[in-house]
Amino acid sequence: MSRRLRGWVLALGLGGLGALLVAACLDLPDFGGERHPYGDRAVRAALSRHTANVVSSVNFDLRAFDTLGEESILFGAVLGTVVLLRQTRDERQVEPAPARVSPSVRRYALIALPLTLVVGLYVVAHGQLSPGGGFQGGVVAATALHLLYIAVDYRALRRIRPVHLYAVVDAAGEAAFVVVGAAALLGGSAFLANTLLPYGEFNTLASGGTVPLLNAAIGMEVAAAVVVLLAGFLDQAVEIEDGPSAGRPTTGTRE
Amino acid sequence: MADALVVITLVLVAVSATAAVAVRDPVRQALVLSLLGLTLAALFTVLQAPDVALSQIAVGTALTPLLITLAVRKVRRRPHERARGPRGRSE
Amino acid sequence: MMSVLPYLVAAWIFLVGCYGLATSRNLIHAVGCLVVCQSATYVLLLAVGYRDGGTAPVHSDLEPGSRPLVDPVVQALALTDVVVGATVTALLLALVVQVAKRHGTVDPDELSELRG
Repeated sequence: MSRRLRGWVLALGLGGLGALLVAACLDLPDFGGERHPYGDRAVRAALSRHTANVVSSVNFDLRAFDTLGEESILFGAVLGTVVLLRQTRDERQVEPAPARVSPSVRRYALIALPLTLVVGLYVVAHGQLSPGGGFQGGVVAATALHLLYIAVDYRALRRIRPVHLYAVVDAAGEAAFVVVGAAALLGGSAFLANTLLPYGEFNTLASGGTVPLLNAAIGMEVAAAVVVLLAGFLDQAVEIEDGPSAGRPTTGTRE
Repeated sequence: MADALVVITLVLVAVSATAAVAVRDPVRQALVLSLLGLTLAALFTVLQAPDVALSQIAVGTALTPLLITLAVRKVRRRPHERARGPRGRSE
Repeated sequence: MMSVLPYLVAAWIFLVGCYGLATSRNLIHAVGCLVVCQSATYVLLLAVGYRDGGTAPVHSDLEPGSRPLVDPVVQALALTDVVVGATVTALLLALVVQVAKRHGTVDPDELSELRG
C-alpha cells in the first residue's frame, strides 16, 4: 500500500472512530453525577468488613478474583520479558566499567535510597487503611533499590540484587495469592472469599480479614517483578553485547 | 473552584499526551511521557483518586520512561553493520 | 460543556495515541504511543466515577457516611491496570529489542520490506 493511500485509510478510520466516540460521550451519564450504584454498594460492603480504604477492599476482597487475573497477566508478562531478554549464544557479557559519580549525586541518592525504600514498605503495609497498597508500594520499593545504580554503579546494584532470588519471590507472591484464596475454600466458603480471619477493629493495621495478606502477596510480587524486569533491561543495555563469547568467560549471572 | 482545577489538569493532560505523540525521538518521548505521568497523577488527585495517582506517579514518571530509555540504549548501541547502515536508528 | 469535557478529552487522547501508533517510524516510539492510548482509559474510568463534591473513598481520616464519596470500583480497575500495563509495556519493549537484534532495524516500514 502506498504511503498516500495509507494516510487516507488512517484518516477515514480515525474520523469514523472519533465520530463514534463523541456520539458515545454525549450519551454517557453527566460528569460528576449523583448516581453511582456500584460505588455505593462497594462502600457499604467495605465498611461492613472493616476495611478503611474502600479501593483496597474492592481490589483484594470484593473483586479479588479479578485481581488474580490481573496478577497473572503481570506474571506472564514478566516471564515473557525474561525469556526474550536472556543472553543468547551469539552474545557475550562484558564487564561494565566502574563509573565516576559526582559526590553530590552520590550523597543525595544514598540518602534517598533508604527513605524511598521505607516509604514503599509503608505504602504496602498501610494499603488497607490509607491510599496505597501492594501495587503502588511494590513499584516504589523496587525503584528505590535502583537508586544504587545512580549513586554508585551497575556492579554495586548487581551485588544487592540476586535476580534468581527475586524471580522466586515473584512466583511466591503469585502462589501466596492463590493459597490464601484456596484456604477460604478449606474454611468452607468460596474461593478468595474473605471469611478466613476476623475482620478486626476498624482502621487498625490488622483490620479487613484477608485483605492485608493478599495486599502483602501483591506487594511482594510487584516489587520482585519490577526488579526482575529492570534487571533484564539493564543487563541488555549495560552488559550484553553482540559477538560470540569466545575467550571471555561470562560471569554466569544470567545463564 | 474544583471545576476549574479539573479543567486545567484535563487540558494539561491533553496537551502532554499530544506532545508525547508528536515528539518522534524515543528518548525525548520518554521525557514527555514522564511529564504526562505527572499531569495524569495531578488529574487523578483532583478527581479524588489518590490510590491511582500514587500508582501513576510511581509507574508513569519513573518506570515506563526508564524502560523506554534502556530499550533505546540497547537498540542504538548495536553496530549496524548488517544491512542499511545507521538508518535503522531512530530519527 | 463541563458534563462531557472529561469524556471528550479521553477520546482525544485515545485518537492521538492511535494516530501516533499508525504513523510511527520507530517501534519504541510506537510503544510510547500505546502508553498514551492506555492513559485515555484511566481518564475515562475516573471521569465516569467522579461525583461533584465527593471525596476520596478512604476512611482512615474520614467518618464513614459523613461526606459523599466518589466511585471506588473504577478506581480499583484503573489502579491495577496502571501497574499491570507497565509490565506489558516492558514485554513489548523486550520484543522490540529482539526485533532490533534479528533484523538490525526498528523501522516498521523497513521490517516489512525485509519480509518482502
